[in-house]
Amino acid sequence: MENLSNYLVISSILFSLGLFGVVTRRNGVAVLMGIELILNAANLNFLAFARFGGMNMSGHVYALFVIVLAAAEAAVALAIIINIFNNFNTINIDDVSEMKQ
Amino acid sequence: MISSNFITNACLLILFLPLAAFIVNIFFGKRLPRQGDWVSISAIILTLILSLSLFVGMLSNWDYKFSHEIYFSWIDLGAFKIDLGFWVDNITIVMLLVVSLISSMTHIFSLEYMKGDIRYNRYYAYLGLFTFSMNGIVLANNLMSLYIFWELVGVSSYLLIGHWFEKNSAADASKKAFLTNRVGDIGFFIGIMLMFTAIGSFNFQQIFAGVSNSMISGSLLTFAGLGLFMGAVGKSSQFPLHIWLPDAMEGPTPVSALMHAATMVAAGVYLTVRLFPIFTTEALLVIAYIGGFTAIFAATIAITQNDIKKVLAYSTVSQLGYMILAVGVGNYTAAFFHLLTHAMFKACLFYGSGSVIHAMHHSLHELHDHDTDPQDMRNMGGFKDKMPITSLTMTIATLAIAGVPLFSGFLSKDAILAGTLYFVDHHPEHWILAFFGFGAAAITAFYMFRLIFLTFYGKPKMPKVFKGIHESPKVMTYPLIILAALSFFIFYTLPYFNPFADYGWFTKLIKATNSVVPGNPTAKEIYDGVHHAHYTAMALSLIVASLGIGLSFLMYFKKKFSPESWAKRFGVLYKLSLNKYYFDENYNRFLYQPFLKLCNTIAYIDWDLYDKYFINGFGYITKLLSKITGRLDYDGLDQTLVDGIGRTANSAGKNLKTVQTGRLQNYMLFALIGVIIILVFQIT
Repeated sequence: MENLSNYLVISSILFSLGLFGVVTRRNGVAVLMGIELILNAANLNFLAFARFGGMNMSGHVYALFVIVLAAAEAAVALAIIINIFNNFNTINIDDVSEMKQ
Repeated sequence: MISSNFITNACLLILFLPLAAFIVNIFFGKRLPRQGDWVSISAIILTLILSLSLFVGMLSNWDYKFSHEIYFSWIDLGAFKIDLGFWVDNITIVMLLVVSLISSMTHIFSLEYMKGDIRYNRYYAYLGLFTFSMNGIVLANNLMSLYIFWELVGVSSYLLIGHWFEKNSAADASKKAFLTNRVGDIGFFIGIMLMFTAIGSFNFQQIFAGVSNSMISGSLLTFAGLGLFMGAVGKSSQFPLHIWLPDAMEGPTPVSALMHAATMVAAGVYLTVRLFPIFTTEALLVIAYIGGFTAIFAATIAITQNDIKKVLAYSTVSQLGYMILAVGVGNYTAAFFHLLTHAMFKACLFYGSGSVIHAMHHSLHELHDHDTDPQDMRNMGGFKDKMPITSLTMTIATLAIAGVPLFSGFLSKDAILAGTLYFVDHHPEHWILAFFGFGAAAITAFYMFRLIFLTFYGKPKMPKVFKGIHESPKVMTYPLIILAALSFFIFYTLPYFNPFADYGWFTKLIKATNSVVPGNPTAKEIYDGVHHAHYTAMALSLIVASLGIGLSFLMYFKKKFSPESWAKRFGVLYKLSLNKYYFDENYNRFLYQPFLKLCNTIAYIDWDLYDKYFINGFGYITKLLSKITGRLDYDGLDQTLVDGIGRTANSAGKNLKTVQTGRLQNYMLFALIGVIIILVFQIT
């Protein structure tokens, strides 16, 4: 079990689930959750490569960065969603298409 | 010896002072006190003083070879170069004096004659312009500037003849003068251009040099000379372009005097005198015949005219014919001499007639008679006692024009007749020229005394009008006295006192130069011949003049024969003469009407045929073609190609627009699909 491909498979499943969530969900918060999944899939990849590939410590460092980034992203994105809710009284992202021609 | 600087400055002032007076009067005359006449008069008096000083300088110089030329470059384009400038010699100086003297007399005379005229300031302005243009002609050293001033003279004569343009006859006369002159000027211009083409210069001296070097010769030179002479025919009113001058009497009388004595008509003679050296024998013969014929022909018309000014007008034409005849026979200094003496006595005669008309006018005005013609001699008679000064001065001038000894006309006429005799002596086949000359002299004496007898002697024909006649004021009589005085021989023969001599300061200072045309007789040959014929001519001219005077005396003073019965006896001739040989009528019938018809036909062809069918047809075809191309353009090109591209872009945009849903997730999906496609391609 201790080989790279297993991790990569798991991370791609995670990625696909995240992507599926991002693409299909109408709820803005659910979309954010999908993005978190994608980020975590990437994290898993970094760590897998750190363990089995040649990235070593830099893989860990990247993973930590991504976690920090994910936290910041979540904070900003949630703030945006709250603002959207304030302005449009909904968080359904299909209704927030003011920019469309 | 006068310095050349002085000559230059004096000439510039003589030329431009009258122009300055013109400019001041035309723009500000109305606002100046006395309507600005004093501006013109002081300008012309200054001009006269300057001309006199030049004249005195010439006398003290006593050099017949004196010649002074100054010029500046007007146009300088490498090979093409035109210089303008002055050529001052004794002829110029004498002519300047004549112009400024007669012009100042006119200015002074007009003070009274034109008093109260509605366009008083304009009248004085135009007089200034006239004098300026004439001085320009006199001073010109080249044909170019001479031509410019020549046309200016034409314009100013037009303005002055038409001074009372409310009268239709005056407006017509000014138009006629201008247009008739234009006919002559066409020839003049052709002549100038022929000279310029052949010699490449407008300058007189260079033209003379060019002709003597045979740069232009033979029939071309004859042709060019005749072209230049044609200008003189127009301006100096020679047959067949004499028709404008009698009509020009519609202008104010002082203007007639100025025009007939010194400025306008003298210009033509002056031109032939200046250009004499270039005329070929053939050209001179034509000139002699035209001049001689004009002299006798106009004289025969003058016999029967009843209008006092018309008589003088035809006498001017006749006298100008004399001068042209003198040029033609080669004795051109005599032509210039006659120009000088004629200027004095003819101006005097015109002022005299002006004085008479002025008196008649006033008398008729007081009687409230507006139907009687104040210029008709049949309404005059016996004015001698009422107008002693006018009568005396006019009689003196008449004696001069008739060629009576002791008077100036005798000297100059004798010189011309001597020249004619000399010419006929050498070319007996042209004997008729002598007949023209002496015949005209007899007739001139006759009709001039007829004028005097009808106007000043006999019983008054209209006693009522006669009562109101009185002598004109001093402003008008002084010019008369001055000019009558200048009609005596003494002013022309000094320093000699022989009234029969053919020499004096004039002949000593103004000597003919040789013709530059190879083969023409030299000035010395002509001079000797003329001198030889002098006494014969004198005797003959005395005989014919006394014949004319005697006949006139018997007919109109003693009334031995009745003019009426003579008129009846020569019915046809009388009628021909009275109606001026029907020249105006025939010109009208054979020239103007056919010309008008031709113009109308051309207009018809142009408007109704050419325009209607050709131009309009062309327009129609163009319109049709435009319609077709328009259709092609709009419906074909625009609709399919231009609009097609637009429409394609439009629909593409419309269709592609649907892709832009505005939904983030859709975009992401597309991106995903894109990534998958790229991956698939990379793997395979």
